[in-house]
Amino acid sequence: MKRPSRTSNDVRVSDVWRKLGCVTDPELDESVTEMGFVTEVTIGGDGDVAVSFRLPTYWCSPNFAFMMGEDMRAKILELDWVRSARVVLGEHMYVDAINRGVNEGLSFREAFGEEATGNLDELRKTFLNKAFQWRQEALLSHLLNAGVAGSDVVGWTVGKLYDRETTIEAHDLIARYLDRRHIGGAFDDSSLAFVSIDGVPLSATALPAYLRSIRRLRTNAEFNGALCRRLLVERFSTEPLTGCHS
Amino acid sequence: MYKARNGEEIFVIDCHTHFWDGSPANQKNVHGKQFIECFFNYHTGLSPKEELWPKEKFEKYDEKTLYDDLFVKGYVDIAILQPTYLNDFYVNGFNTTEQNSVLKKNHPDRFILNGSFDPRDGTKGIEYLHALKETYDIKGVKLYTAEWKGESKGYKLTDKESYRYLEWCEKLGIKNIHVHKGPTILPLNRDAFDVADVDDVATSFQNLNFIIEHCGLPRLDDFCWIATQETNVYGGLAVAIPFIHSRPAYFAHIISELLYWLGPDKLLFGSDYGIWTPKWIIDKFMAYELPKDVAAETGVKLDLEAKKKILGLNAARLYDIDIAAHKAKFGGEAKKEKALAGGWFR
Repeated sequence: MKRPSRTSNDVRVSDVWRKLGCVTDPELDESVTEMGFVTEVTIGGDGDVAVSFRLPTYWCSPNFAFMMGEDMRAKILELDWVRSARVVLGEHMYVDAINRGVNEGLSFREAFGEEATGNLDELRKTFLNKAFQWRQEALLSHLLNAGVAGSDVVGWTVGKLYDRETTIEAHDLIARYLDRRHIGGAFDDSSLAFVSIDGVPLSATALPAYLRSIRRLRTNAEFNGALCRRLLVERFSTEPLTGCHS
Repeated sequence: MYKARNGEEIFVIDCHTHFWDGSPANQKNVHGKQFIECFFNYHTGLSPKEELWPKEKFEKYDEKTLYDDLFVKGYVDIAILQPTYLNDFYVNGFNTTEQNSVLKKNHPDRFILNGSFDPRDGTKGIEYLHALKETYDIKGVKLYTAEWKGESKGYKLTDKESYRYLEWCEKLGIKNIHVHKGPTILPLNRDAFDVADVDDVATSFQNLNFIIEHCGLPRLDDFCWIATQETNVYGGLAVAIPFIHSRPAYFAHIISELLYWLGPDKLLFGSDYGIWTPKWIIDKFMAYELPKDVAAETGVKLDLEAKKKILGLNAARLYDIDIAAHKAKFGGEAKKEKALAGGWFR
């Protein structure tokens, strides 16, 4: 299977791809389109959208597969021209339960019955917290490497971050971090840019130890991402995807 | 035995090997087919090109192939056979203790035979554990907490029944508990990757060692945290270590995190044979140096001392292996073989 085409004469197809690009694999914190999970987007005349996706193994955790399916469907339904959205997972042990659950708007427990040990809210929260920390670590490391002093950066406001959007890399890191900044509490431009997961300001003296402790989160996520990419390539004989942004 | 550049002979214990039958003839259903195919994707995805096997060989290899790959070509001195039963997927099981026992019988000094238990098997399972001890004198077990069983989609080490089994392990002297907390290779329930249950039992069972296979990947972050707090928790490097070839930068980060949080005394080498063969992994591992920036940032060292511990000394401690005695024995055997071959090699 070749890499899916994201271009079409129908502008609505690009709209859908863009929406799907906002959905992440919770374990990897990478978008489902960049990972190569989404294979096809089709649109019926009246705004009926169908999306197909696949995962690196037959056994990939059904809970995460379910979350991705739910999120994709919700994102597509945000488009005002969409009448219905159907998201279909292929070649997975749980295709029936996942596809039925996602497209009928069931909860994970409703979809899996006795097999599920609970709903996904708590798991979702855990991974949102992780994503907050690993995005924060990536941005802080970037700024420190660029020569910003730790004693300065802990006092920066969110507004100040926008001044640092001088390169594409910095822009992406800042955008990704701010997209999760709410995990550390409600904020505006005058709020501190960097706080702990509980909303506590970071201290300059404790910053190296703090970074050290959250770095393993990013190491882990990157490792998972690398493994999933390899397995996807091997499983579907597809071409490796290299950091394309949609 | 691996000969280091300084001439030192390094004793190698491969803590994670298998002797499986994933061939179509043994597959019971589509799950069995998907299972071996997923393994094969790991093999093709992370092996160097020149080390790739044909699919048929990967599905089922014979005793001689395994022996040569490990002990003749692969520097390994002793291999630990970890079973993966999978009786629901394979007619005769995938890789059972009984299948593996053939190797132990033919080469008693080369193999350590591990067993397995499933706490959901009740009293019958306890009897089987006793039988494994009596028949094979096992010193370790391999557990899959995520394995399906009837209605159950996995269990936790903290379940009451698990405690009962672990108490028996303690009594029987089965002191090494290898727990698969790694990438998805089985249908999993939603907590299958969770390593929190290890934390609890490691505290409760101080006489047992808990070796977390695959270092809790894909939850390395949680695992490091737990392992730091418990003195009897170890990390098995299978699946993590092949990244040394395909993604050396990731490997640098992973191994440095592990060295930082657990230290060099708590990590165990495993090739995961037949997914990967030990020769190329050990060659690359011995030649490997941590990038300067990673070493500087974490303050850890992956020097010859650390490598010796990871490749053999740590496992020898867990399994009471007398390295000097084995070196003498294997060295003597090698000389005898050379003499029989007419000294052509000298």
